Amino acid sequence: MSETIAAETAERPSSRLRALLLNRGAAMVYVLIVAVLLASISIDRFASPLTVGFLLLDVIPVLLIAMPMTLIIVSGEIDLSVASIVGLSSATLGVLWADGWSMPAAMAACVVVGVVAGAVNGFLIAIVGLPSLAVTIGTLALFRGLALVVIGDDAVADFPREYTRFAISKIGATGIPVVMLGVVAVVVLFGVVLHLTSFGRGLYALGHSREAARFVGIDVDRAKFWLYVAAGVVSAVVGIYWTLRYSSARSDNATGLELTVIAGVLLGGVSIFGGRGTVPGVVAAVLLIGTLNYGLRLDRVSDVVLIIVTGTLLIASVLGPRVGEAIGRVRHERRVRAALPAAGPPPQAPAEGAAPAISLESLHPSSDPAPGAANERKQR
Amino acid sequence: MSTATSPGATPPATVAPAARRESPLSRLLAVRELPVVVALVALVAVTTAVNPLFLSGQGVKDLLLNATIVMMLAVGQAMIIITRNVDLSIGSMLGLCAFGTGTMFAGDSGVPIAVVFVAMVALGGLLGAVNGMLVTVARVPALVITLGTLYVFRGINNLWAGGTQYFADDRPRAFGALSVDTVLGIPIITLVAVAVVAAVAVVMSRLRAGRDLYAIGSDPDAAAVFGIPVLRRVMAAFIANGMLVGLAGVLYASRFNSVGATTGTELELTVVAAVVVGGVAIFGGSGTVVGAAVGAFLLTTITSSLTALRIDKFWQQAVVGALIIAAIAIERIASLRAARKLREQSEREVLDV
Amino acid sequence: MKLVQVKRRGRLPVAVALVSTATLLLTACGGSDSDGGGDGGGGGGGDDLAITFIPKQLNNPYTDVVLGGGEDGASEAGFASNEVVGPLDASASSQVSFINAETQAGTNVIVIAANDPDAVCQSLEEARSNGASIVAFDSDTNPDCRDVFISQVVAKDVGLVQLEILSEQIGGSGQIAILSATANATNQNEWIRFMEEELESNPDYADIELVTTVYGDDDDTKSFQEAQGLLQAYPDLKGIISPTTVGIAATARYLSTSEYKGQVALTGLGLPNEMREFVKDGTVSEFALWDPAQLGYVAAFAGKALADGDITGAEGDTFEAGELGEKEVGENGVVIVGPPTRFNADNIDEYDF
Repeated sequence: MSETIAAETAERPSSRLRALLLNRGAAMVYVLIVAVLLASISIDRFASPLTVGFLLLDVIPVLLIAMPMTLIIVSGEIDLSVASIVGLSSATLGVLWADGWSMPAAMAACVVVGVVAGAVNGFLIAIVGLPSLAVTIGTLALFRGLALVVIGDDAVADFPREYTRFAISKIGATGIPVVMLGVVAVVVLFGVVLHLTSFGRGLYALGHSREAARFVGIDVDRAKFWLYVAAGVVSAVVGIYWTLRYSSARSDNATGLELTVIAGVLLGGVSIFGGRGTVPGVVAAVLLIGTLNYGLRLDRVSDVVLIIVTGTLLIASVLGPRVGEAIGRVRHERRVRAALPAAGPPPQAPAEGAAPAISLESLHPSSDPAPGAANERKQR
Repeated sequence: MSTATSPGATPPATVAPAARRESPLSRLLAVRELPVVVALVALVAVTTAVNPLFLSGQGVKDLLLNATIVMMLAVGQAMIIITRNVDLSIGSMLGLCAFGTGTMFAGDSGVPIAVVFVAMVALGGLLGAVNGMLVTVARVPALVITLGTLYVFRGINNLWAGGTQYFADDRPRAFGALSVDTVLGIPIITLVAVAVVAAVAVVMSRLRAGRDLYAIGSDPDAAAVFGIPVLRRVMAAFIANGMLVGLAGVLYASRFNSVGATTGTELELTVVAAVVVGGVAIFGGSGTVVGAAVGAFLLTTITSSLTALRIDKFWQQAVVGALIIAAIAIERIASLRAARKLREQSEREVLDV
Repeated sequence: MKLVQVKRRGRLPVAVALVSTATLLLTACGGSDSDGGGDGGGGGGGDDLAITFIPKQLNNPYTDVVLGGGEDGASEAGFASNEVVGPLDASASSQVSFINAETQAGTNVIVIAANDPDAVCQSLEEARSNGASIVAFDSDTNPDCRDVFISQVVAKDVGLVQLEILSEQIGGSGQIAILSATANATNQNEWIRFMEEELESNPDYADIELVTTVYGDDDDTKSFQEAQGLLQAYPDLKGIISPTTVGIAATARYLSTSEYKGQVALTGLGLPNEMREFVKDGTVSEFALWDPAQLGYVAAFAGKALADGDITGAEGDTFEAGELGEKEVGENGVVIVGPPTRFNADNIDEYDF
C-alpha cells in the first residue's frame, strides 16, 4: 500500500497535463467545439462571417459580466444586481446625452456610476458583512428603481452615428466585431488575475473559508470590496455598449440579464459554493449558450425550445458530476468488497445525512452530506 | 452565524436571577417580526392620513387581494429558506398551475371547482417534488437546480400554452366570484390564504416535522447526527412549497384576467425579497412564516401606498430596494445581538456554577 | 491517490453527458422540421420570395389575428414561404437578434411591428443593405429604416374616436385618464398625442381634464394594478381610455369586480372576444378597433410589391392588396388600411376575433 501511495504522490508531468485537459472547464471547451461543428453542418448558413458577427454581438454583454461574476462566485459570494447596474448606466448615458453632455464625458459619468454602485454592494457585503444573496436582491431593486428615477418612461435614441456605428462595426471580412478586442482584453485580464496571481489563488481559498484565505495572506474584506466594484464597473461599461448597440437608452434595458450570466458561469464549471471553477470554462459555456441561441434562432426554432435547453443544460451540468461520483463510488465499493476476506458484513453506509464515521465512505470525497450544508462555509 | 433566538437552558432555580429581568416589553421588542409589523402599520397609517380613500372598503379589499398571492408564495418560500435552500422556480410553477386551471375550465367543461383546486395543488406538489428530488437525492445545490427548473418549467409552459390565453369568461362565474365576494369584508381567497398561513405556522412551530426544518437550516450536520431525517424533511418542504404554489396558481386564475404562457414571470425575486424583509434569515434556521407573510403584505402595500400618495411611481422600485436592504441590516443586527446574549448568558452560567 | 482517481473518473462522464446532450439537442433541432420550418426562405430574386413577420411579441391574441391575416395575404400575394418569429417578451431590444437571423437567411421581405422605433433601426438597415425590403406595420419604426408603414387606420382617427366615445359616456365633462401599453410604443404614443391635442383645441372637450397617463406594459397583471392605482389616486375619475387590447381587458376585469363598475366609464381598443363579457355585464358600453387581419393582409401585399420592384415606398405609389383593392402610399410612406369600427352590445356578437 505504502509504495502505491508514494508512487502516486510523486508529481508526474503527464498527470498535470491530464488534469488540465480533463477538468470541468476543459470539458466545456470540448462541448463548445462539438456544438459549433454540429451547428455548422446541420444549420443552413451558420458557417459564415455574419454568424460570427451577430453571435458575438449578442454574447458580449453576458461574456463581459461573467468575468467579475466568476471571481465573485469563486470567492463564495454572488451578485444579482449586475443587470440593474447595466440599466442604471444606460439610463445615465441617455439622460446626460439628452442634457447636452459630450459623449466622452457622459460615458465617463456612467463608469463612475458603476464604481459607486459596486462600492455600495461591496460596502454592505464586505464591510458590514451582510449576506450577498439578500443584499444584491435588494440592490437589484434599488438600482433598477434609480434607473427609473433617472430616466423615467422616456427612451433616448438619437445617439451620434459614429458611436452607434462603432458599436457594431466589424474587423474587415472576418465578421468579428471591433469591440471584441476590448472584450478579449477584459477576459484575459480576469483570467490572469484568477489563475496566475496569488490574489486569484487567495480567492479560491476564500471560497473554502475565511481562515484559509487569511492563511494565504489576502485581506478578505478588501478583496471582496474590490470584486464588487469591478463588477460594477464592468456592468456600467456593458450599459454603455448596450445603449450604443441598440441606440436606445431605457430604464428597462438588460432586465433579467443576471440570471443568464449566472447560468453561464455555473454551466462553465464554477461551483456555487465557491472554491472551484475556471475562466476558460466560463467563456466556453457562455459561447456555448450563445451558439445554441443563435443557431436555433437561425433555424427559426422557437425560443421555447431554447429556454428548455438552457435549463436542462444547467441541471445536467451539476447532476453530471454527482452521477459520475456515485458511479465511481459504487464501482470502488464493489471492488473493495470483492477484495476483502469474508469477515462479516461490511460497515453500513452511514444513515442519510449523518457525518461519516470511520468507514469506506471516509476514504472518498463524499458529496455534501446534507443539501446546502456547504453553505456553512459562506457564513462568517 | 444566525442562531435561534431562544435562550439556552435556564440555570438552576436556586441561583438568584438578579440579572434576569426580562420584562414583557423587552421580550416583545426582541420579537423578530417586530420591525416589519411596525413598518407596515406606520406605512398604512401615514398613507391613510394623506389619502383616506386608501382604507375605504374597496381600498382594503384591493390591498388584501393584491397581497394574497404573494403571501402564499412567501409562506412556501420561507419554509424552503429556513432549511437553507431556495426555490427560484416558483414563478414558472405558478404559470403552469394557473394555465392548468384555465385549461381545466376551458370550453365550459363543467369541471367542479373543488376538483380543479385539488388537481392544481397536486400538480404544484409534483413540480415541487421534482425540485426536491434533484436537491436531496442528487444532492445538488438548490440555487442552481431551481434556476434550471425555472427555465425548464417556463419552457414547458410556453410549449403547452403557445399563444393560447384563457380569459375571465372562460372560467365559471362562481370561480371568479371567489376574488370578489367577501365574508366580513375580507375576500374569500384572502381567507383561504390566511387559513393556509395559520396552518403552516402551526406546523412550523408545534409539529416535529416543522421544527426539524429549523434544525436543518441551523446546522445540517448536527441535525443529521441528532437523528433528524434530513433528506426526507427537505423533500417534504419542497413538496409543500410546490403545493402552496399550485394553490396560489388557482387563486391567481380567479383574480386576474388572463392566464397564458407568460403568467408568473419574474415573481421569484419579489417573493424572496418579501421573505427576507419578513425577518427570515437567508442562511436558514430562523424566522417565521408569519413574518414572511407580513413581509409579503408590506411589499405589496408599498406599491399601492405610493400610488395612493401620488408619489412619482418611478420611486417605487427604489424604495422597495432600500427597504429590503434595511430589513437585512436589521435582521443582522438582531441576530448579532442574540448571539451576543447567548454568549454572555453561557459565560454567566459558567461563572455562576 | 484514490481521491484523485475517483474525481478524474467523475469528470469524464460529465464531459460525455454534456457532449451527448448537446449533440442530441442540436441534431434534433437542426435536422428536423421544427416550428419555424427547417431551412426557410432561400435567396432573393426570382419567384422564390420569402417573407417573415416579426410582431411585437408572440402569444398575444391581437397579434395572432394580425398574423393570421398576414399568412392569408402572403400566400395570396405569391410568396413561396412565410415565417413568423418573435420574442416572448415585448422589450425594446429583443427583436434585434431575430432581424439579424433574417438578414443572414436572406429573407426578401421583413414585416415588423416595433417595440421601440429606434432600437431596431441599425439591424434593419443591415437587412436592407443585404437586399431585404422592410415593411413596418401596427407599430412604426423610425421612418429612416423602413420602406413603408402599414397603419390600420388614420392615427388621428384612432385617437379621436376613443375620445369621442368616452366623452359621450361621461357627459362631456370630468376627469379622465389613459392606461396605455409600453411607454415607448410608437402607435399608442401617437394616438395619445392626437388625443391630447384634441382635448386642448376642441371646445366640446373644454370641461374634460386628462389627469394622467399610466403604462401597463401590455401585461395583464401590471395593467390590472395600474387601473387599481388610478382609481385610488384619483377618486373623482370619471373615465378611462385604454388604447391597447390587453389594457382595456385588464381594466374591465378590475372594474367589473369592484365597486366602480358602472361608475367609471371605460373605452379604448379591444378585441370583441375578450370584451364580450364586459359589454354584456355593463362594465363597458362601447369600444373601438378595426379588423386586425386586414392589417397583416395588406402588409403582405405591400411587401410583395416592394420585393417585385413595383413600388418604392414613395408618396403616390399604389399597389393591389388582393381582395381589399388598391392601396395608396401616403405621406411619409404610410399606407392606411381602413376606418375604425365601433363595437357595442348591438353588434358585438357578429364578430369572432
